[in-house]
Amino acid sequence: MTIGLDHYLFVAAVLFTLGILGIFLNRKNVIVILMCVELMLLAVNINLVAFSVFQVNIVGQIFAMLVLTVAAAEAAIGLAILVVYFRIRGTIEVEDINAMKG
Amino acid sequence: MLLQALAFYVFAFVVMASAAMVVVSRNPVYSVLFLILAFFNAAALFLLIGAEFIAMILIIVYVGAVAVLFLFVVMMLDINLAKLREGFLKYLPVGAMIGFVLFLEILFGLGVLGGNSTSLAGIGQAMPQVIAIDNTRAIGRVLYTQYFYLFQVAGLVLLVAMIGAIVLTLRRRPGLRRQRISEQLYRPKDEAVTVVKVPTRGGV
Repeated sequence: MTIGLDHYLFVAAVLFTLGILGIFLNRKNVIVILMCVELMLLAVNINLVAFSVFQVNIVGQIFAMLVLTVAAAEAAIGLAILVVYFRIRGTIEVEDINAMKG
Repeated sequence: MLLQALAFYVFAFVVMASAAMVVVSRNPVYSVLFLILAFFNAAALFLLIGAEFIAMILIIVYVGAVAVLFLFVVMMLDINLAKLREGFLKYLPVGAMIGFVLFLEILFGLGVLGGNSTSLAGIGQAMPQVIAIDNTRAIGRVLYTQYFYLFQVAGLVLLVAMIGAIVLTLRRRPGLRRQRISEQLYRPKDEAVTVVKVPTRGGV
């Protein structure tokens, strides 16, 4: 009944898959897509911390902190771009974001 | 040990259920609230495994900053919810298939399905040992010595993100009257003050 590394990795795998699924399902809503990216980063953090604890190596938790930093920066920049885009175009649908013809 | 296992299963179930609700929720506000629930329970999972510092940082940074920012933006933008939900069912088969395949691939990679978990065999059995120093002290000893430059670069990333967000969202609206202090201060005397010779009993 002991909780091992496999349990944590399973939870992280489920979270990562749900993040991917959310990006596929909510194709129009940029906010939900950003939230799904946050979910995937959370899954990665769970993996890093679980490996770090079960291998008795603290470096994984340092790396998890760095991932967290980048996630916070990404959310801030993404939402700022979203606000500016909404101010200009009045919508946040992904399919309307084609001004650069990319 | 049984209590710990029970707590793990409860927290893990709530994390996965609330992550699913983030994806399928109809209203983005509910999505953000479920995201907050998922972060709290992930922090509880970290606490169970003995990574207290990361758990607290997760609550402070994700719930306190990122999720509140999401909530702010969701409530500030006046978006058409019904229009954004179009195509949810259209993409459901493809998305579910890709997600299922990816999940199976991850499980194969972990060795859960294949049966030969040779890669994880040595790690999985090792229980977290009782370390002499606590988690926060251990992180601090490594973070401020060996990874000090990395720590500074993380601060730089946050600074650049902050400046970028401010520069992006700052706008100068035309026709808005605002105080220009330098112009006020550099105004010469002869255009600010006029001396009028007032006749006696005449008024100005």
